[in-house]
Amino acid sequence: MNFKHDIVIVGAGLAGLRAAVECVEEADVAVVSKVLPTRSHSGAAQGGITASIGNEEEDHWEWHMFDTVKGSDYLADQDAVEIMVKDAPRVIYELEHMGVPFSRNKDGKIAQRNFGGHTSEYGKKPVKRACYASDRTGRVVLDTLYDQCLRHRVKFYQEHYVLSLVFEDKKCAGLITYDLSSGELNLIEARAVLLATGGCGRIFKTTSNGFASTGDGLNLAHRAGIPLMDMEFVQFHPTGLYPLGILVSEAARGEGGILRNSLGERFMERYAPTVKDLAARDVVSRAILTEVREGRSFEGGYVHLDLTHLGEKKIIERLWEITSFVRIYLGIDPVYEPIPVYPTCHYLMGGIPTDTDGRVLQDESDAIAQGLYAAGECACVSVHGANRLGCNSLLDTLVFGRRCGMAMKADISKIEHQPVSDEPLEKAKEMLAGLLYHKGYEKIDVVRRNMQSLMMDYCSVFRDEEGLKKELESIRSLKMRFNDVEIVDKGKNFNYELMEAIELGHQLDLAEVILLSALYRKESRGAHFREDFPVRDDTNFLKHTLVFKGQEVRYKPVVITRFQPEARVY
Amino acid sequence: MILKFRIFRYDPEKDDAPYYQSFEIEADPKDRILDCLNRIRAEKDPTLSFRMSCGHGVCGSDGMRINGTSSLACQKLAKDFKESEEVLIEPLQVFRVIKDLVVDMDPFFERYYSVKPYLITRTPPPDTERLQSVEEHRKFEDAIRCILCACCTASCPVNQDKATAGYIGPAALVRAFRYLFDSRDEGREERIALLDNKDGAWGCQTRWMCTKVCPKEIPVTKEIFEIKKRILESKKGKK
Ligand SMILES: Cc1cc2nc3c(=O)[nH]c(=O)nc-3n(C[C@H](O)[C@H](O)[C@H](O)COP(=O)(O)OP(=O)(O)OC[C@H]3O[C@@H](n4cnc5c(N)ncnc54)[C@H](O)[C@@H]3O)c2cc1C
Ligand code: SF4
Ligand code: SF4
Ligand code: FES
Repeated sequence: MNFKHDIVIVGAGLAGLRAAVECVEEADVAVVSKVLPTRSHSGAAQGGITASIGNEEEDHWEWHMFDTVKGSDYLADQDAVEIMVKDAPRVIYELEHMGVPFSRNKDGKIAQRNFGGHTSEYGKKPVKRACYASDRTGRVVLDTLYDQCLRHRVKFYQEHYVLSLVFEDKKCAGLITYDLSSGELNLIEARAVLLATGGCGRIFKTTSNGFASTGDGLNLAHRAGIPLMDMEFVQFHPTGLYPLGILVSEAARGEGGILRNSLGERFMERYAPTVKDLAARDVVSRAILTEVREGRSFEGGYVHLDLTHLGEKKIIERLWEITSFVRIYLGIDPVYEPIPVYPTCHYLMGGIPTDTDGRVLQDESDAIAQGLYAAGECACVSVHGANRLGCNSLLDTLVFGRRCGMAMKADISKIEHQPVSDEPLEKAKEMLAGLLYHKGYEKIDVVRRNMQSLMMDYCSVFRDEEGLKKELESIRSLKMRFNDVEIVDKGKNFNYELMEAIELGHQLDLAEVILLSALYRKESRGAHFREDFPVRDDTNFLKHTLVFKGQEVRYKPVVITRFQPEARVY
Repeated sequence: MILKFRIFRYDPEKDDAPYYQSFEIEADPKDRILDCLNRIRAEKDPTLSFRMSCGHGVCGSDGMRINGTSSLACQKLAKDFKESEEVLIEPLQVFRVIKDLVVDMDPFFERYYSVKPYLITRTPPPDTERLQSVEEHRKFEDAIRCILCACCTASCPVNQDKATAGYIGPAALVRAFRYLFDSRDEGREERIALLDNKDGAWGCQTRWMCTKVCPKEIPVTKEIFEIKKRILESKKGKK
């Protein structure tokens, strides 16, 4: 079937829905999502959204900006960061007016809490900057935005999987979707296409990300010739529930939780004397794994997150969800016992390069890819640089989702629908038939588990040249094996096996891009730590990596406005 | 441990009627039932279909009947079941089965939307936030845990009974409660008009199944009762 809309948004997480709400009054908008919209992974966000509204103590956007830039290890583009932190208070009030049920303080205002790396007076002490709804902030914001979309009659193509982007005359003119419930292919023509497809944590064995976080949108863009930026920067969150990797929000430390090693020591005092457990995530993750390496962890390689001194009332009120996970999955009650935690793959700082209005950039000269936009975790504006601070991601999705909506609304008056040939649809058909009917013998699950273990072993918190090179070879041979994958299910009705095969193809391509980016960056910055190059090298590497189709690696400069790079200590 | 499963299968594309299929797999006692189902797909039968997303009880995708009780497969662990007995896995009741454990959620979301699940306000918002005390917030705090998994609605005897299937069901009512009791909301009258009928709040016969199965421990029945009370209060107020 063929459909036509002014604007098509891929992804029903916060970035996609915020953009939809922005332009639905003036344009015909459709949202495509491979899961039912409210199942999008934004709903799993726990801790909060940052804004310097100062409801608990003095705060300023300049402090928020400094912390974000320092957190990024000076790789974030400071013009973009400034836009984001200045817009943050408006974002929070706007959500509140839409109905988001934020938790309240005793004055009846929106309550705020501490989060890692957020400080007052440029690093002096932690500041309460994260606005939250208990530990289900993402859930309630996603629900509120979804309801706004329904109210404004946004068209949803739900449980539709986007197979490819359609380009005509170098302009993005729409996309091809596979309807999971019927197995039919559709061409959806559009004057503007927004990719808001989220992250790719599922490339790694241990992750806080949901099953849908396979990075499809990133690779759809890459296959269409768009470079991917800063892909070596993958965040490992320090406190994944051991051994599942499920997130235990930083809110737990924001509320006073303490990390302890097997000797009972509060080891973060040694790694970050000023802010201790509230240092940036890359710092805390490395600290935990250093404790593990030096033999001060518990058997299996984890440490303890201790909340027992907080008291039941506070724990239940502010950390209900994580208390419930810990009780269900480990049979441990965090009110009385410490929680076993270890680092878990959490967030992709890199992504599809965009300008500050979400327009996709196709090379280092910042030339715009007409008709194509990106926002949210799959985009790289870049506001997070080499390491994202907690609660800055939801902010990113909301600020740049909206800006992207505004830009699309403005741009479509200048863009006509491009006539689309039959070719993209035919190609998609061939691709599916190829997957389904060639003779294969490899199993998706086996190839996938191999990839996940490799990425975990050689490309997670600690990296070095030897490991990365070895892994690159292994991933390349896995890609060969992937060509021989067998799909048993030939049906058209919710054929998840077929969908997962396509996802795996994306994951393998992205793994290779991540490895290449990591191999070429011979320094340590933020989440990218090279044991063979353990210090930051601003002379040679204060620049963004771009990996083009065909694996060509190029660079572009970082935008520095207010804060010159300094040594990064917490 | 070895765990045995008996799973409801139905693919209208090729099956004339639903049937049950047995599987046996090796499981770690700490595995989630969702992990077990994925292992069945990986090792035994890749055509088995079910929804999943977050894997830890926050997205609402994998509501299904496990040994007869509506639950989230990602919240149940292998160790809670006996090796000697088959774990019975079936789709949620009330909804049409599309394939295996995948059911048609459209009617569920339509009813959900029918309660106007958004803040209704008439007074223009202030420059900053609308104030709300901690106590006012607490009134509806339980309700915002809802993840729209539909376990409650699927287990409700009123929804299951063909004669009363028009009942909007507990999940929609939980969302209605969330807005009705939000001190910032100014749509009380229209909300009450929507809820004050036999398929609205009065459809509930206080049979507690919803409360029993809710994976987010929401006091569903109590909240429906509060809605009924509020309807009566507002009627009294009018007289
Ligand atoms: C457990 C957890 C907790 C977090 N907590 C916080 C927090 O407290 N604060 C904070 O700031 N950040 C937090 N983050 C990060 C933040 O939640 C995410 O970065 C953010 O929600 C991403 O939103 P998004 O809109 O970009 O994508 P997502 O919400 O991931 O949505 C992606 C969408 O794309 C769709 N999609 C993907 N591929 C396709 C395809 N091929 N075809 C069709 N549709 C497709 C999916 O269906 C989905 O709708 C957390 C992350 C995790 C994992
Ligand atoms: S309490 Fe009401 S809504 Fe809940 S199961 Fe019983 S009849 Fe249904
Ligand atoms: S009330 Fe509970 S059972 Fe019902 S949809 Fe919400 S979370 Fe699920
Ligand atoms: S998979 Fe999300 S609730 Fe179970």
